[in-house]
Amino acid sequence: MIAGAFFYLFATILVISALVVIVSRNPVHSVLFLILCFFNAAALFVMMGAELLGMLLLIVYVGAVAVLFLFVVMMLDIDVAGLRRGIKQYMIVGGAVGVVVLLELFIVLGGWVISPEAAGNARAPAPADVSNTVALGRILYTQYVYFFQAAGMILLVAMVGAIVLTLQHRKDVKRQNIPDQIARRRDQAAELKDVKPGQGI
Amino acid sequence: MVIGLEHYLTLAAIVFTIGMFGIFLNRKNIIIMLMSVELMLLAVNINLVAFSAQLNDLTGQVFAMLVLTVAAAEAAIGLAILVVFFRKRGSIAIDDIDILKG
Repeated sequence: MIAGAFFYLFATILVISALVVIVSRNPVHSVLFLILCFFNAAALFVMMGAELLGMLLLIVYVGAVAVLFLFVVMMLDIDVAGLRRGIKQYMIVGGAVGVVVLLELFIVLGGWVISPEAAGNARAPAPADVSNTVALGRILYTQYVYFFQAAGMILLVAMVGAIVLTLQHRKDVKRQNIPDQIARRRDQAAELKDVKPGQGI
Repeated sequence: MVIGLEHYLTLAAIVFTIGMFGIFLNRKNIIIMLMSVELMLLAVNINLVAFSAQLNDLTGQVFAMLVLTVAAAEAAIGLAILVVFFRKRGSIAIDDIDILKG
């Protein structure tokens, strides 16, 4: 009973805030409601017994991705009114496609059953005696270690890519160039002039 | 009232559709489009975790973690491209992204 009430609470807030994300006029509000979405999804994950993923969602999404969105939204000076022009005509097409997809998903949801053999096919059955975090850690570093490494590679490539893309060399800013400084010799830097007495240079 | 797999699948279907609707609705604002993609990935994650909990198999949660990783990488690269584009053109409207004339 309590679980049902909490499920409907979190699910309702999740759906409403997801709607606000897409219809909000101000992109900053969109980002903030996206954060609310992730909080509720994390609560649902915890309800399902996936505590590690719930907390991971909070750390990765709320802590990193949403803040990244917030930085970009606030950094770019965007003409919001111009971006919302023509939203009415997209509303009709988008609404039609959305309703069709939702109906299709519900048709799929209405007509499926879990195969009786499915329970025996578990690649990594969840052990009953340890917590979710311990169980996930055990298989993540053994059975799925290559996937884990691949995920690390993806993040590394993404980090390097993002830095390379956004790094800019401004010509009008003077910077210290250490190799140039080290390679400079005395004859390039100083010049000896033989000044005659009483004449000046 | 027991909350079963169907409840979570229905919720994920609704969130996925909202994300897709958001892509259609915000045809000009690429930041909101990226956020809609994040919403769709969140719906997929809810599905994966729901099935993982139902079938008592941790593989689904490992896969959800990988989806999370790819989503974070995608957001970082997408926003970096967005910033570069904004610097070049001074706008992020989709209509202006036609330099390649593709």
